Amino acid sequence: MRKRALLGLACALGLLGANTARQFTRQIPGKEKVDQALNRLTFGPRPGDAGQVHKIGLKKWIDLQLHPDRIPENPVLTAKLKMLDTLSMSSSELVRNYPAPQMVRQMVNGQLPFPTDPERRRMIRKLVEREERKLGAVPANAPQPVALRDVLSPEEIRSLRTGTPQQRMAAIEAMPPEKQDEVIAAMPNGMLQPMFALATPELRRKIELAQGPAAVIARDLAESKLLRAIYSNRQLEEVLTDFWYNHFNVYLDKGADRYLVTAYERDVIRPHVLGKFRDLLEATAKSPAMLFYLDNWQSVGPQPPPRGGRAVAQRRGLNENYGRELLELHTLGVDGGYTQKDVTEVARCFTGWSINQPQRGGEFVFRERQHDRGEKVVLGVTIPAGGGIEDGEKVLDIVARHPSTARFISRKLAQRFVADDPPPALVDRMAQTFLKTDGDLRAVMKTMIDSKEFWSVGAYRSKIKSPFEMVVSAVRAVNGDVDFAQALMNQVAQLGEPLYRKVEPTGYSNASGQWLNSAGLLARMNFAVQLAGNKVPGVKVESADAKVLGSPEFQKR
Amino acid sequence: MTSRRIFLRNSALAMVGVGAAPLWLQRALYAKDAPSPRKKILVAIFQRGAADGLNVVVPHGEKAYYNLRPTIAVPRPAAGNADAAIDLDGFFGLHPSLAPLKPLYDQGHLAIVDAAGSPDPTRSHFDAQDYMESGTPGRKATEGGWMNRALPKAEGKPSPVRAVSLGPTLARTLAGPNPAVAVQTIEGFQVRDKAAGAEFEEMYMNSSDPLLRAAGQETFEAVSILQSVQKRPYEPSAGAQYPAGRFGASLKQIAQLIKADVGVEMAFADIGGWDHHVNELGQRASEGQLANLLREYGQALAAFWTDMGDRMADVALVTMSEFGRTAHENGNRGTDHGHANCMFVMGGAVKGGKVYGQWPGLEKEQLYEGRDLALTTDFRDVLGELVAKHMGNGSLAGVFPGYNPKFLGLV
Repeated sequence: MRKRALLGLACALGLLGANTARQFTRQIPGKEKVDQALNRLTFGPRPGDAGQVHKIGLKKWIDLQLHPDRIPENPVLTAKLKMLDTLSMSSSELVRNYPAPQMVRQMVNGQLPFPTDPERRRMIRKLVEREERKLGAVPANAPQPVALRDVLSPEEIRSLRTGTPQQRMAAIEAMPPEKQDEVIAAMPNGMLQPMFALATPELRRKIELAQGPAAVIARDLAESKLLRAIYSNRQLEEVLTDFWYNHFNVYLDKGADRYLVTAYERDVIRPHVLGKFRDLLEATAKSPAMLFYLDNWQSVGPQPPPRGGRAVAQRRGLNENYGRELLELHTLGVDGGYTQKDVTEVARCFTGWSINQPQRGGEFVFRERQHDRGEKVVLGVTIPAGGGIEDGEKVLDIVARHPSTARFISRKLAQRFVADDPPPALVDRMAQTFLKTDGDLRAVMKTMIDSKEFWSVGAYRSKIKSPFEMVVSAVRAVNGDVDFAQALMNQVAQLGEPLYRKVEPTGYSNASGQWLNSAGLLARMNFAVQLAGNKVPGVKVESADAKVLGSPEFQKR
Repeated sequence: MTSRRIFLRNSALAMVGVGAAPLWLQRALYAKDAPSPRKKILVAIFQRGAADGLNVVVPHGEKAYYNLRPTIAVPRPAAGNADAAIDLDGFFGLHPSLAPLKPLYDQGHLAIVDAAGSPDPTRSHFDAQDYMESGTPGRKATEGGWMNRALPKAEGKPSPVRAVSLGPTLARTLAGPNPAVAVQTIEGFQVRDKAAGAEFEEMYMNSSDPLLRAAGQETFEAVSILQSVQKRPYEPSAGAQYPAGRFGASLKQIAQLIKADVGVEMAFADIGGWDHHVNELGQRASEGQLANLLREYGQALAAFWTDMGDRMADVALVTMSEFGRTAHENGNRGTDHGHANCMFVMGGAVKGGKVYGQWPGLEKEQLYEGRDLALTTDFRDVLGELVAKHMGNGSLAGVFPGYNPKFLGLV
């Protein structure tokens, strides 16, 4: 009885195997091809998108998406991003303009100068006040905390306190700008938050600044990511930026990384998504964001004893965190054929790859004195003694060109764009392209998109949208008009994918199963109802069907 | 027929959209439920951020402790000193903020295992948490977590809320072949628009996609079960007072779910904020970050005990943290990442009133790598005993692959 059952099972599995193979060869019909292109290469179709693609022609449209510089950007997006000034600042500018509480503490202690600019002085007033409460006093030149009674008459305060948020907002809007600044800076956060959704973009910015300078940076990042995904014409570039940020994940809230991620996404990830993998890899390896996140900036080789002195026990030493994740998560993959010894040797190669003043938004610096100059053997390749920064660069050469890397990267891309369990034949072909073109990511994408697997029945509508994809595709599907994206950002977090806040270096999963949990599904349904009912603050929706947005079908792409 | 979801980290076997699910994914529903005996329940609490075990369970009998921590050690027990450790057994004491737990210890319901944790040398928060949740230190490719694998074989139709993870996403330790639900709040676990909810439920039940259909089915079954819980406003029993904040709310909801008899067998909650590199304590041991956090922590655990009352006979609660902290304080009145830590085990069947484990000492040569508390009890020994003897699941090789737990006699 048992044997028969086992045979039956084996037959079923065998049939299934053949079934699966056929699924990835049978092509979808013409109309569905446009769907597939929009579902996989963008963040979801907007009304009219399919018509647009037909007009240009599918092949031409795809080719354009593979060359984003040829696509003029959506002016709506450019306008919306303008208010988010942190996005164009360098890390050190961010630190200077939006000081963190620790920096304000240093200002109060006299270690750093207070800003002279009145807006920035206003911005840090609440933080100064906090320090004053702890220490009992602050220096005379510190921005002085201001209470509402210092800027408003008792009647004005009373009407502010008793009025509705709309009334409060109207009262503030009627004030001259300098008075607005003072009032907003003096109001407690509890009073400010309900006014946020009602404010003009300029006043919204003032409210954000008053609530805490460092938080503005994080909000701008999430705001920009959502706005770009929703509005950018360069959709594939945005999808790939999401993919590659995730692949080279950095956790925003780890210490100094709060000030380093803006430049990381803008200068390290996005420009390289369709370029050479080796370039992308090196840019991440030298980025302060990654060096800080994976602790490599503190990794030092054996130190020689000081002249004439006894050998001092080292307080710091080799940190293998980056070395391990470079091999396990960024290049070869966990089964890529490296050993623990390789991890240590790689880590030795990267000693001295550090950051100049990370807490001040500093840049990459190679510290010769911290570098381990001994001989190393990485994946069978000997790196002779006496090397400097070129030791790490040699490692990048080795791993960027390794066949395991070609396979690992290809499989991850195929998992994101084709199917959760991508057909091995496709992955092989992509890996071949990777190796042949020396890691040209555009070429690898082209191999994938040109494949019959990409357009197969097995791939079509076979993936579950991630929370980010679900929220963005919903807003796009209903042509939502986004004034500010903060509520959407909270929704994505509620659905289980807080943006920039994946703690682990693995990043969020590209596979569907990850997202099929009950809290997430319920949150999607509740969001669908809210969005369709035009009840999401900051998003205007004219007519939408919650049944569509919350349906099982809409969760797929 | 129901399909089971398989939570896989890399979803190597996800079958979404590839026609019908294969036979081995389909399980027949068994005949109607037999009335089941009251099941045992395991509650796991994760202190994320590496709690400073040496200041939580204070080795006041160890002279080196005071030499290593000149400014942040907790003073030796002394009557009337609000900052002093609360003596447990003449050698160990509790941080004063944990006063609410002292009666539980004295009554024999709280056991402590010291110098316990993971043998893996990593000092990376995420790696160590990953290893502790998966139950396989050193291995990253393990799919799912020990807690999901530890669920005893279900008899009859398993409750959709057998395993509950408090929070917006399913904790890694509860991911796996057995169904588990993530619950942010009991109150929020529903589709608010009832009409829309009914329509969604029908759509999911009729979906041609087997994984979505299965996920939807589990979700709506859980919603329907929790509806009865939502309808009854919850008052903690015996005047139990949970502290304000997320952790208190998590424990209160776990108590609510257990007492509602909806079939909860495993529950997981976490509490963050333990990574005290700077200013771990205030000028006095009863003040400052760790003291405040322990106050919230102790109050929540004690409230849970009080609230659960007699039901604690079926419940075991265990706490863990990914690793401990350095034995010595650093230059910032804090501590850095260390190695061994302590675990609490609380419950009706627990042989409490004792500090288990082998104390390795804090002299220089006794420290791990010359800096941390050395490990003498693997965390899987503690968890394994609870899984086998409390939950009645003896197949530990499947729960902790590659490890053979040695029991301490906690249960």
